[in-house]
Formats: sequence, structure tokens, C-alpha cells
Amino acid sequence: MNALAWLIPAALFLGFLGLVAFLWSLNSGQYEDLDGAAWRAINDDEDGPD
Amino acid sequence: MSVEAAIPQPHGADSAGDTCREERTLSLVVENMNCGGCLRSVEKAVSAVPGVAHARANLSAKRIMLRFDPEQCAEDTLVEALAGAGFRAAVMEAGKDADADLAERRYLRRVAIAGFAAANIMLLSLSVWWGNASDMDEVTQALFHRLSALIALPVVAYAGQPFFSSAISALKARRLNMDVPISLAVILATAMSVFQTLNGSQQVYFDAAVTLLFFLLIGRWLDQRLRTRAHGEAQNLLSLQSGFATVISAGGKQRNIPAYALTPGDKVLISAGERVPADGVLLSGRGQIDQSLITGESDPAWIDRGDAIHAGTLNLGQPITLEVTAADEMTLLAEIGRLMANAEQGRTSYRKLADRMARIYAPAVHLLGAVTFITWLLLGAGWETALTYAIAVLIITCPCALALAVPAVQIAAASRLFRNGVILKNADALERLAEIDTIVFDKTGTLTLGHPSLINGDEISGKTLAAAAALGTASRHPYAKAVVEAARARFGEVDAGTDVEERPGEGLRRIAPGGEERLGAPSWCGARDTGDASLCYRSPEGKITPFQLRDTLRPDAFETIRQLKALGFKVSLLSGDRNGAVEEAAAAAGIEEWRGEANPAEKIAVLQRLGRGGKTLMVGDGLNDAPALAQAHISISPAKAVDITQRSADLVFQGNNLAPVLDAIRIAARARNMAFQNFAIALAYNTVCVPLAMSGYVTPLVAAIAMSTSSILVTVNALRLGAVRAGEGT
Repeated sequence: MNALAWLIPAALFLGFLGLVAFLWSLNSGQYEDLDGAAWRAINDDEDGPD
Repeated sequence: MSVEAAIPQPHGADSAGDTCREERTLSLVVENMNCGGCLRSVEKAVSAVPGVAHARANLSAKRIMLRFDPEQCAEDTLVEALAGAGFRAAVMEAGKDADADLAERRYLRRVAIAGFAAANIMLLSLSVWWGNASDMDEVTQALFHRLSALIALPVVAYAGQPFFSSAISALKARRLNMDVPISLAVILATAMSVFQTLNGSQQVYFDAAVTLLFFLLIGRWLDQRLRTRAHGEAQNLLSLQSGFATVISAGGKQRNIPAYALTPGDKVLISAGERVPADGVLLSGRGQIDQSLITGESDPAWIDRGDAIHAGTLNLGQPITLEVTAADEMTLLAEIGRLMANAEQGRTSYRKLADRMARIYAPAVHLLGAVTFITWLLLGAGWETALTYAIAVLIITCPCALALAVPAVQIAAASRLFRNGVILKNADALERLAEIDTIVFDKTGTLTLGHPSLINGDEISGKTLAAAAALGTASRHPYAKAVVEAARARFGEVDAGTDVEERPGEGLRRIAPGGEERLGAPSWCGARDTGDASLCYRSPEGKITPFQLRDTLRPDAFETIRQLKALGFKVSLLSGDRNGAVEEAAAAAGIEEWRGEANPAEKIAVLQRLGRGGKTLMVGDGLNDAPALAQAHISISPAKAVDITQRSADLVFQGNNLAPVLDAIRIAARARNMAFQNFAIALAYNTVCVPLAMSGYVTPLVAAIAMSTSSILVTVNALRLGAVRAGEGT
């Protein structure tokens, strides 16, 4: 029972982190151009991602 | 975004930043950006323009977002920079499709939040179930239920909004839609669970409510995605159509402004090969214009001082000056667009299949739920038990297998069609395409390629063709381009002729070492008895070679029409062109029934008559076809056709072949079968599960899982449509 007192919040918190990470990536537009992102990954140009 | 602003700027950038404080953002449509290489070239081309601070291209949307300093560069220099790199670009009118993007993103956010909640509540629920079998005490159970409530309540309130608001607006209009039983089930399950949690009871079903929302939202998101994409493509076409105009001010200075900003009285310079941006009167210059956008006529027309010219026509000859009489919304082009919109109104009475089902289905769902509740009460069960069973019935009969079935088939079919070069513009186009029995083709640009090509190339020697093509490179006239194209096909590369003079209406000439050579109208070249030659070439020695140019049929037109007839469709040809030309094309394509010299009103009348007897597919491209396209039960346009028709047509196909039309009809038929199969799956599932739920053998969570399983089954079935592609060479 004592273990639950911190295990459950920990589990929820970790799940919540994942959710926040997803929402952040969604809001920063990372899903807007999936085709383009696939090509950018294999781009050999000298200038890095901006 | 705020993160970016917080990063301290290096010193150099800071001082430079002072001069470009007034940065503007802009998005451009880049029509032919199709691969990763293009993506890079587009960004490089734009970044090289002085004043551009940031450029990021979007390959999926075929757009590029820019931040630039308007004092250092203008919109049109950016478009020109892209044109220099070989890309056709146009400025997007701001903010037109931000809404659709936002809606898609909002759905995805709800999916994520509902998914997070569903997973965590399931974790707690599973613990309680296993706890029941072992030694979990009631305090822990109550804690878990309360935790579930804590997660579920805000999530239901947030993620359920699309369903709730849709249900409320349906109820306000005194209708029932699919969202009403869904909202009712979710709200009842949540409310009862809250009540039971506070009372320390066992019957808690937050898991059912949230899982239900999660799966339904996935379906909604997929549906929204399909819409956003179709909308974005239409928006791109619209922007490409407008473009820029060169205005000559009183002092003789020239400046470029967007076409929609023109006002009557403006003097506009239109160089060779440019589209006319507004309706107007020709002030100076004399030449030829391509009116195919307005009239569907493929032969160039002659214009002289004082003639009226319409927006959307193409200047083929020398630069001309135009005094604007009507611009933007007032042009003939816009008027035809509105005519088309009116013809489209007749179609709004068409209900989507799922909606039709919902009208029968939704009352039945509520009735079953109510019957279950009342029956169990009468049988002496407690209200909690009766309500639990009723909720299970509501969830299990919830038509979301149906709701998911249609978009799943849609997306699978749309991507399948896309690979075959067909773009779906209307979500219900496939359903309608599967119903047709008659096909009406237009001629110019649809059955034919829409531009002249050389047909007597075999009779012309290589030397003559090369010489003629060298002259031809100097002109944008379709005939000259056809000669150049034929030469390219034979030799690969063509030398551009120098010092070529173009004489409007007559042809091209050049003083060569041995004398004058000409490429142009047969009479101008001094030819006699050349039969039906469209063009002649006179060598410096005076030898005359006739060139025959025709708008040729698409290479696979005959074969496609034969197969369409074999499938049992009635095929006919309806064109505004001369009777002779139409008869010839009909014979070559193997179409028995044809009609020529039909004006737009007659075309509409013919389609209305056909529409009474059956369902018609219209395949056409010219703008004069646009109202006819809208009048037909369903329409398909070739992709190089006029942009405005692309908006009116339900489907658009690309490339030189006609086969995509056949593919589209076949895929539509398969998609309809698939949709019916999915309805059958949903129905079978209901006939098995509903009696079980009504007799109380199903808990709300099991109901939610069973319902999800049926949804997944239906989706997987739909995906088969997209998956079958090997071995089916099209």
C-alpha cells in the first residue's frame, strides 16, 4: 500500500511526460511535413537543421 | 516560438536586425516541388534572394513559408527567383486555409489526450479486476476509482467536445445524428461512474467512456485529415491561377501588383506567354491569344486594338497593353465560376451514406437503450444495474464501426487512386462514381491531348525539321512549339535560332546565309496546293515543306473506351468544337454517339436529359464545360486543365493517358463493395452483440472493447483496398 502511494503518481507522471512531449512536438509543427522530413534526414548539405 | 525569441542574438545579427525589423511572413505555393531534391533547391533559390531571413518548404503541402524584409525584396522577386530555378510558384492569399489545419491539429491533440487517459484508466481498472480475485481491500479500490475519476472527468469534458457540440446542434434542429447516442452513452457512463465512486460501489465505467472517445476520435481525425488535404490542394490551384500583373503608371513606370488588386482603368502590360490578369480592352499591340480557358477553343484567336480580352486567356504573340475594365471578382472568369457554383447547388441535397444510415440508426439505438433500461427495471433489477445494461447497449450499438468504415474506405481508395494519378476532390465522389451508367467525354484536352502535335513527321527530312525547329524556338505559338517538340523527340536537343523575327499572324523568318527562310502560314511561305497543312517551312533555296499539325488523341483513348464499353457503360462524345473535327475524333476513339458545336447551355441541357434517365459521368476540361461538369452526376477532369474546372470536377487525373478514368471507375466499384462489406460486418456484429447486451451479459467496458474490435476489423478490411497493388499493373 505504501509502495502504491508513490508508484501510481510516478506512473501517471511518466505517462504525462510522454503526453506533454507529444503535444509539444505537435504544436511545434513536427507533423506538418512528414514527406519533407523524410528527405531532410538524408540531406548531405553542410548547413544543419534550422 | 517563445523559445526562439528567448535565445540571445549574436552581435552581428543584432545590428543587422535593426534594419529588418519589419519582417513579413508569406507563403508561396510551389506547383512542381515533388521530391526531396526539389525541396532543397526551392529553399536554396529563395534563400539566395537578398532580404529573405528564413525559408522553410513543406513537401506534403507543396508550399514554402518565408520571412523576409519587404524593403529589400518584393513578393514578385521571390516568385521570379523560383521561376529561375525552374519552379512555378504563386503567392497564397493569407489565412484562407488556416482553419482546416487547426481543426486537424485539434483532433490529433484530443486523440493524444484521450489515448493517455484511456491507457492510465485501463491500468487502474485492470488492477481492480485482478484485485477482486486476490486480496485488494476496499480502501485501495475506492482510491483507484477516485483516481480514475480524476483522470476521466477533465478528459471526457475536453476530448468529448466535438461529439457534444455536434449532438447539441443536431438536437436544436430537432434531428438525431450519430453523435447523440455517443454523447449520451459517454455522459451517462461518466455520470453514473462518478455517482457510484462516491457511494463506494463496484459499478464504475470510466474506462468504457474514455476508450470509446479514444477510438471515435481516431476515426474523426482520419476524416478531417482527408478533408484538409483536399482543401489544401484546391487552395494551391486557386492561388496559381491569379498571379501578378505589370501595371504601367502615368509616368510610364512599371510595377508588379497581385492580379486581384487591379482596378478598372489600370494599364497593364502583358508580355508573350503571360496570362491576362483581368478583363479589359486592348490598347496597343496586335496579336494572338489562347482563349481555351474561356471558350474551350484550342485554336488561337486574333485580337486587334479595341478588342475585349478576358482574364485567364494567354497572350501568344508580342507584348500587348490592356486597359482594365473588370478585375478580380468582376471578371467573366469569376462569373463563370459563380455559374458553376449555382449548378453545384443542386448537389447539396445528396446526403452522405453514413448520414442516411444515421437517420435510421440513431433512433433505433436510443429505443433499444430505453427498452433495456425499462425492461430491467420492470424485472426488478436495481436502477444501477438497469442503467449499466442500458449504457452497454448504447455503446455496443454505437454506430462507430459505421462512422469509421466510410472514412477508412475513403482514405484507402483515395491513396490508391493517387498512386494511379487520380486526385479525389470530393469525399462522396467515389460513391457517386460507383453508380454511373453513362459516360460523356469532351473532346479538346480530354479525349485529345489539348495541344497540336506534328502528324506528318515521317515525311519531313531531319535537316528540314531541325531548321524549322530552330526558327520555332523563337515563338510561343502552339504550332511553333509543336514543331520544336517533334524535333526534340527526334534529335534530343534543338539549337535555338538567332535573329528570328516574328510577324504576328504570318510566322517566323530569318535571314540565313543562303537567303531568307520562313516558318509560318502556308500562304505567307508562298505555298500552293499543300492540302490541309497548318504550317509550311520555306528553305533559303525556296523549297517548301508542309507541316500537318493536329490535336491528337490520347495514346490509349481507343483502348480505354473499348474497355469502358466492355464494362457496359454507354459512352458518348459532346463537344463545342466543329462537327467535322468531333466526328473524326469520335471515329478514331471508337465512340458511335457524338454531338458537336454544342454551346454551354446545350451541354447542360443534354446532361440534364441524361440525368433523368440515369447517372452520368462527365469527363471534360475546358472552362465552358465547367457548368456541364457540375450538372453531371459526377465529373472527372485532366490535371493540366484549367484550374477553375479542377475545383468543380469531383476527380482530377494527371498525365497523357486516359486510363486513369477507367481505374477510377474500377476502384470506385471496389470501394463501394468494400463499404457494403463493412456495413455487413457492422450489422453482423450488432445482431450478435445487441441481444447479449440487452440481456445483461455485457459490461460497458466489454461493450467498448467489442465495439472497438468491430471498428478495427472494418478498418483492416478497408486497408485491403490500398494494399492490393502488386500484379495489378495499371
